[in-house]
Amino acid sequence: MKQYDAVIIGAGHNGLVAAGYLQRSGLKVLVLERNDHIGGATTSISRYEDFTYSNCSYVCSLFRQEIARSLELYKYGLQVIPYAGGAQIIKNDDGSYDAMGTYWHDDANRRDLERFSKRDTNAYDRLNRDIIRQCKFIKPLLMRTPADPTSFKPRDLMELLYLGKRFYGLGKEQMHETMRFYTMSVADYLNEYLENDALKSYLAGGATVGTALGVYSPGTAYILLHHAMGDLDGNVGAWGFARGGMGAISKALNDSFLAAGGHVRLNAGVSNFTVEHGKVKGMQLENGETVKADLVVSGMDVRRTFNAIDANELPQWVVDRAKNFRFRGSSGKVNIALDGLPSFYGIPKDSPCMTGDLHISQSMDELELAYDDWKAGRWSQDPYLDMLIPSLVDPTMTPQGKHWMSVFIQYCPYKLAEGDWNEDRKNAFGNHIIDRISQFSPDFKEKVLHMEIRTPKDIEDETGLTEGNIFQGELTMDQLMFNRPIPGYAQYRTPISGLYMCGSSTHPGGGVMGAPGANAAREVLLDLGKRMVP
Amino acid sequence: MTRRFQNIIIGAGHNGLACAAYLSRAGQSVLVLEASDVIGGAARNRDLAPGVTVSPGAHLLHAMPADLMRELNLSEHDLSLAATDLNTVSLAVNGEAITFDGDTVTGSAVSDADKAAYVRFNKDMHRFTKALGPALEKLAPEIAIETWKQRLDLMGLGWSIRKLGRYHMREFLRIIGMNFYDLLDEYFENPQMKAAIAMDALWGGEWGARSMGSVLTYLYRMAGYARNGDVGIAQPKGGMGAVSAAIAKAAKAAGTDIRTGARVKQILVENDHAVGVELETGERIEADRVISNADPKQTFMKLVSPDHLDTGFVRQIKNLRARGKAGKLHLVLSSAPKFKGVDTVNLGSRMIIAPTMDEIELAFNPSKYKKYPTAPVLEIIMPSVNDESIASDGRHLLSAVVQYLPYDDTPDEEANRTAFLETVLDQLERYAPDIRKQIIEAELLTPRDIEREFGMTGGHWHHVELVFETFLFNRPIPALSRHTSPITDLYLCGAGCHPGGNVMGIAGRNAAQLILKGGK
Repeated sequence: MKQYDAVIIGAGHNGLVAAGYLQRSGLKVLVLERNDHIGGATTSISRYEDFTYSNCSYVCSLFRQEIARSLELYKYGLQVIPYAGGAQIIKNDDGSYDAMGTYWHDDANRRDLERFSKRDTNAYDRLNRDIIRQCKFIKPLLMRTPADPTSFKPRDLMELLYLGKRFYGLGKEQMHETMRFYTMSVADYLNEYLENDALKSYLAGGATVGTALGVYSPGTAYILLHHAMGDLDGNVGAWGFARGGMGAISKALNDSFLAAGGHVRLNAGVSNFTVEHGKVKGMQLENGETVKADLVVSGMDVRRTFNAIDANELPQWVVDRAKNFRFRGSSGKVNIALDGLPSFYGIPKDSPCMTGDLHISQSMDELELAYDDWKAGRWSQDPYLDMLIPSLVDPTMTPQGKHWMSVFIQYCPYKLAEGDWNEDRKNAFGNHIIDRISQFSPDFKEKVLHMEIRTPKDIEDETGLTEGNIFQGELTMDQLMFNRPIPGYAQYRTPISGLYMCGSSTHPGGGVMGAPGANAAREVLLDLGKRMVP
Repeated sequence: MTRRFQNIIIGAGHNGLACAAYLSRAGQSVLVLEASDVIGGAARNRDLAPGVTVSPGAHLLHAMPADLMRELNLSEHDLSLAATDLNTVSLAVNGEAITFDGDTVTGSAVSDADKAAYVRFNKDMHRFTKALGPALEKLAPEIAIETWKQRLDLMGLGWSIRKLGRYHMREFLRIIGMNFYDLLDEYFENPQMKAAIAMDALWGGEWGARSMGSVLTYLYRMAGYARNGDVGIAQPKGGMGAVSAAIAKAAKAAGTDIRTGARVKQILVENDHAVGVELETGERIEADRVISNADPKQTFMKLVSPDHLDTGFVRQIKNLRARGKAGKLHLVLSSAPKFKGVDTVNLGSRMIIAPTMDEIELAFNPSKYKKYPTAPVLEIIMPSVNDESIASDGRHLLSAVVQYLPYDDTPDEEANRTAFLETVLDQLERYAPDIRKQIIEAELLTPRDIEREFGMTGGHWHHVELVFETFLFNRPIPALSRHTSPITDLYLCGAGCHPGGNVMGIAGRNAAQLILKGGK
């Protein structure tokens, strides 16, 4: 059997990033993937005729530019098309509809906002300035290994010093603002700036994506960063579609990795790791085969990774921490094939807003009520929906004249109070979403050709994300930075020598960033005494 | 010509009185001005019915430091405790009550694993409380690192956490930002037990158990137990008003003047210095400095003219969260009530109605939308069981904190209160089936009523919500975290300051000590 220097578990985007860096840095790398396709939750899949869906993650922004450049992803075919706007559909008290558009062009943006609130138009600039300020503080930390605050090692002390310096560099007032920003609820935060419900709910909804928290929960404000932290080719805050769907990112990563000489094996799920004297020796595959390796980097989430190790090989507290790491499935998704472009109340059909994210939540109370439903174990009656029609800007994904729509749903529980998910309940959920959209789109129902309904359970079954948590674990304060995934093992290492983690369970977390993969590769190479290339 | 005082303290709450006592004992002249006719602020007494004394604000004493009580000789000033170390009993509809007595949990539904876990849990929490505790007694450290003193203060806080040892420091840094719901899930199985413990993080606050930072508020409460001289949860003889009365006596004995019925209209400011106050009657009283025991919002949005403040500062004060969610229920009962599963010995305990953490969330949910819960969670005590002076003629007083009421400023306030009183009684009836027949007098205070009676903005017990962004050097905002304010000679000494709410007196003492040291 062929020997590899390193084996990566899982061909998700983080696994492929880590693989790419390690291969380019001179190791012989093998990637093992459980499914018959690469990508994990970053995939493009055909589920109906000639339609291609980005069936899990669906938009791109947070992916680190430095990784895309290092691994030459643009050379391997990655194209990201920014979307030109978005809209919040508003149902007026008299039953009429309107839409507040957001546009890439600032003047257009202001003009539309001014129709609703002159005051907010100015406040919105202030809000964005303050959020960008927070971004500047946090962004450099994404590609750094978090310091262990209990350690007296020079490296950790230096890193803590760096962090402290940056923090104190903010100045007294901004330090306070930063602390507030990271601990308050998005509703409170927005209320301090804005008055218009439509604008507030447009922004607030995004701060609950993927988390089991509501807009009134403390600790949600900072998630607003996700809307401003990304960039596309240097356009700060821009979001876009990967041409060909999110799978294009995985494909470019994969092609780059293969071109550097790496190998990928599909249908090769790992059932458990072989550990001897605290050192990893290899793994057993689900088909019974064994693969030998002294260096393993797991892209699986922390619970799955540790579940694949004999508990006797691990300290009890690590087993407990992995067990208690919180994955909360809270998001659902419906991918819909459409027989033509549906119309939405309040939005002209040729409006650039249609190419972006469409929202229908009317108020923050409505968003919070959606969360109350989740807490009670039901899908939200009036969920936050993030609707996008990527085929408007990327015609490669559907047949001519047809469209596909990606609907992200917050909240949908992993476990229902009434019992386990089954076909009936799943269909009821899907139909509920279609009905909800139809309230804002008169011709929607008649255009639906096919829909793929994805509950957290489905997401777990297909991608291996525990409980279908899209970030491989909640992004709450107790699970961030040096606490992610386990205090003491937040530097991509594990108690098992030679076993590393590179999934979104590690710092800085999920969101198709690629940073965990790159950081893990750097740590692996550090231990091998090698420099990361490039 | 009235006498000129060195200090005017606005508000005769327990912190204002403690501040007065410490200042007077150091030889300063102090005038305390209290808007209402009784002293005590939220730790006061009043008659609910002839011969029945109620503590309408706080009803238990559990956070006042033993050394503060000793320093002010409160026992010599007639403060005694009618009961100490109250047990906590979590009531159950089926009578399977769970009793918490120190480290021991008893109850037919509690597993041995949970009993053992409770010992472990207490040990862990005590450890973390000890790390946090010292910072909650001294002045808040400053976040600045300009001087060596500031650096040492911060390093001291860091060191007290590092001293926990590597494993426990990591654990501390993990759980401190966590929500209590998840933490309790890690320790325990029994849902009723979890709910009873969870409520101790939530009384008086705005949020539910799933809200981030609820572990912090739990540790904050535990820190109170740790410093109160082993009296645990105690019931002062004669009601909570007796605590304030004792502090007032201590202050008076040292020379403090206290005027009740003297509502301050504004704080007089000249050249950015506080020079005195003007009363609603138009009377102006001058002093070297003014110390406000009122909450920060009242102090800076009502008592000080905004002309004297920066807009940024005013905005910070305006944005402080003071949304009280706790109400109070008072019932005069014709005889001792019978709660399912509670014997007469335990009737004097603290009884909790909170069946599961999910039901706590269900009670919390409506309050987010300014609605009332259908099954409220309650902390019930029967003060008259431990203290006969509370109610005469064999009658009994039931006093309960009713958690998660909205601040009701709708026109339907009256009707809502009446309707909600029935909801609360329905809830009580599930646990004490005969209680309705025993009721002679009933009173329900909503957060808005509490604001009316005690003056705290939003009816919030802690003046300002106790959460990360308003904790330690950020309480209530960095500029006010060490009792001084942007206006020279205007100080704060209330619960809105570090360390925060509960009948504690530390904020008053710290303010006094700071002033005696020269105000820096």
